[in-house]
Parts: sequence; C-alpha cells; structure tokens
Amino acid sequence: MTTLFTSDHEWIRIEGDVATIGVTDYAQSQLGDVVFVDLPKVGRSLKKAEAAAVVESVKAASDVYAPISGEVVEVNEALAAEPALVNSDAGGKAWFFKLKIADKSELGGLMDEAAYKAHTA
Amino acid sequence: MLARDESSLNRTPLHALHVTRGGKMVPFAGYEMPVQFAPGVLKEHLHTRSAAGLFDVSHMGQLALRPKSGQVEDAALALERLVPQDIVAVAPGRQRYAQFTNDDGGLLDDLMVANFGDHLFLVVNAACKKEDEAHLRAHLSESCIIDSLSDRALIALQGPKAESALARLGADVTAMKFMDAGPRKVAGFDCFVSRSGYTGEDGFEISVPSAQAEALVTMLLQNPDVLPIGLGARDSLRLEAGLCLYGHDIDTTTTPVEGALEWSVQKSRRAGGARAGGFPGADKILAQFEKGAARRRVGLLAQGRAPVREGALLFADSTSSEAIGKVTSGGFGPSLNAPVAMGYLPTSLAANGTKVFAEVRGQRLPLLTAPMPFVPNTYKR
Repeated sequence: MTTLFTSDHEWIRIEGDVATIGVTDYAQSQLGDVVFVDLPKVGRSLKKAEAAAVVESVKAASDVYAPISGEVVEVNEALAAEPALVNSDAGGKAWFFKLKIADKSELGGLMDEAAYKAHTA
Repeated sequence: MLARDESSLNRTPLHALHVTRGGKMVPFAGYEMPVQFAPGVLKEHLHTRSAAGLFDVSHMGQLALRPKSGQVEDAALALERLVPQDIVAVAPGRQRYAQFTNDDGGLLDDLMVANFGDHLFLVVNAACKKEDEAHLRAHLSESCIIDSLSDRALIALQGPKAESALARLGADVTAMKFMDAGPRKVAGFDCFVSRSGYTGEDGFEISVPSAQAEALVTMLLQNPDVLPIGLGARDSLRLEAGLCLYGHDIDTTTTPVEGALEWSVQKSRRAGGARAGGFPGADKILAQFEKGAARRRVGLLAQGRAPVREGALLFADSTSSEAIGKVTSGGFGPSLNAPVAMGYLPTSLAANGTKVFAEVRGQRLPLLTAPMPFVPNTYKR
C-alpha cells in the first residue's frame, strides 16, 4: 500500500488497481470547519485534474480534483452525514472517493510523503 | 476583492494584538484584518452567541458632525438632506440606522447616527469612508464642521456576556437599552459606547482613543467569557441576523424599499410626513413606498445541506433558462446548523414560503423564501 500526494493537498492511497482519495490534514487546517461535502456519482469517469468533489467550510467552497484518471467505484457516504470528519480525521475516516485507476503511469507525477512535507513546509 | 500590494494595507491600532493572538490576517477594505483566530469561524460564531465575542472594527469610519450654530438639531436637519431617516427625532443619547442615498434612490452606504447632545456621531463602512466624508463635506460644510475621528479605534463586544464583561471594567452600561449611545468611561478611558452591533445579539460598540485601544482590549480578553472573533464569524453572525452587508446585499442600485429596509424610513420623511422627501432620490423612493418595487430582498433557506453562496442565480423552477434573481449573501449558519442566504427576487415571488431554485455547480437546488432574522435577535429593548 502506497500513499502519494498532490500539490493541491489531496492524498491518494493505492491498493492494487484502486485508488482512495482524500484531502490532507494540512488542507483541512486551511479550510477550517467543514460543513458540506459534495461527492461525485459512482460510475462517473474522471479525467486527471477534473473537479471531482467540493468541500465547503463556513466561509468558502473549494474544489477537490481527481489526481489521476479513473472511474468512481465508491464514495464515502459518511461524509454527507458528518462533514466534520474531514477536520477530525482527514487522512483516515474522511476519505472522499475511490477510483478504478485508468492509467498507472499517471501516478509517476505525484509526490511521496517526504516530498509533500517539503511542499507544505 | 481587488488585488493589493500587502505593504500598502493599513493596520488598525489592534494589529499587533491580533498577530500575537494568532489571528489569520487577510486584506479587507484596504486593511489587514483577522479573518479568524485559532478556534475557527464555527466556534467563534457559537461562542459569540453563548458568551461574548470581541471584534476589531477599527477599519470603519468614525465621524463627528458638529453644528456651527451649536444646536444639534441643525446638524440633524443638515444630515436629513442626505438620508431618508428622521434624524431630528433621534434624542440625545440615542442612535439610529440610516443610509446615504443617491439621485436614483440607490444607496451610497449605510451608517449609524448617534446624537451626543451637542453633535452627531457617525459610523460608516470602511470601504466607503473616504467617499462618505467627501459627500458630507460637499453638502454640509456650510452648517457643520465635519471631523474625521481617525485617532479612535472601534471595537464591538457582542453576546449575552457582553454587558457583564463591560460592567466589570467599571463602565456604567447596565442601564443602557438597545440603541442607546453616548460618551462613557470604560476602564477610565474616554469612550463612546452604544448598545448595538452587527450580530443580532445584545452587545456594545465601543469607540476608544487609538492609544488606549490595546490596553482596553487586553483587559476585556482577560475575562474568560470574552474571545477575539474574526471577520469570518462576523459575516456568518450578521447573515443569520438578516443584516445587510453593504456592497453585497445593498448598493448604489438598490433602494431602501427594494432592500426591504422600509422600517428604517420613518413616517416623517415619507409622503404626507412633516419633513417628507428632501433627500437624494426621494421621488423614486417615495413612489416605491406608494406603488411598491419590482424586486425585493428576501431571506432564503436551502432545503438541502449545500450552502448557496453569493452570486448564485435564482430560478422560478428546476428547468427554466431565465434567471429571476440572484443570491447576494450566502453561506452556512452555525447556530442554525443549516445553510442560509439572502438575495433579490421579483416582489411577486417574495412572499414567505415561496419555493425557488438556485443554480449551484450546474444543479438546481430548492430554496424557500423565509422571514429574517433567521436566528431571533436578543436586543435589550
């Protein structure tokens, strides 16, 4: 299991040909209190860098982009009922959606944890 | 917001304190202001409603209007040439909400006017203060001396514990009622205190000499009931209270009638009143009092959980291609624990409980028009 990161503060956990995507703890700290999460529909085909989900704080709405291309195979329904999970457990329970990876070569452009830490330092 | 060189931003006398307290500083109306502190917008909002929140609003303009005759009524009569409110009837020690109108009946700014016995004390919006001061000088200089009180800070202390927090500093404020205003000693400093604010809560606004602002705020923050609050929660609090944000919910294109602010125009300035008209745009505004206006500001409650924000277009149904209105303020109301918004609709659709749709990210979300305030106010009447 590998976890990679984007410069837009999303994390991508790779398990076989499925990628689980969420936002980083750094992202949630910048967003503030999350009050609403809009998730993509299961079955939707996403292209890399396409707006896939929206996370809203009291103050503002922010897009979450697909870090790689793929088909949405599962979304985290728990976020609809409890958006604040994004603040309390961004890297765990607050995953957003799972993608069936379309092109593994796209993973090459993503950061590992050390590179991401340097990016947010 | 206009892009600005950070170095050109103004700072209030409380800037250093905000930074020390962990305020996240952002550009706002030409000032570097805290948008939030460590607890975040949600907790700051709820703390203000349950205890007391302290806001730095020193970016706002404070002005004194001094009548050359020495009679405050002359300053009131002069100001009435620029606003559709009855200023003469504002008794010494009282305050009133007002608007500067333009020749089209639109609003140049909204403001608070207090009668301090021998002069009027005005508080205007930060983004308009230069223009407001020039407007006053251009029209009232013959009868009034216009003093810009730029050497004073302004703080708001809002919420159910505001009174006790202020009284603890020796301020004689417990007898004050909503919209009472006047000079008061607070912690020995020469302040102007009004029992009013922008949150829907009981509370006070305190004008204090800049040199003493940090000392006063430091004393207030020693009280565990009092937390510093940023602009983020100030916005969510005023939105729940149904209060207009100038430049968003009202502007040069909206009249007091369209803005649902009829309550703020006293009968004496309306047709048939003792001093009817006589302010810019009176013809249009008074005609709207008689015949109504084509559009109206309304409260909007989303039926789902998605916040509907400023700029979202409004539609009569889920399919029509022609927008009928627009959201002018919107977000999430922490006390309501639901999205809240306000915007303009055709008056025919403005009745409470009318279903309309907002377009958000390509989807039509249902909303119901609703009375404001969304959260009942707790003013001490």
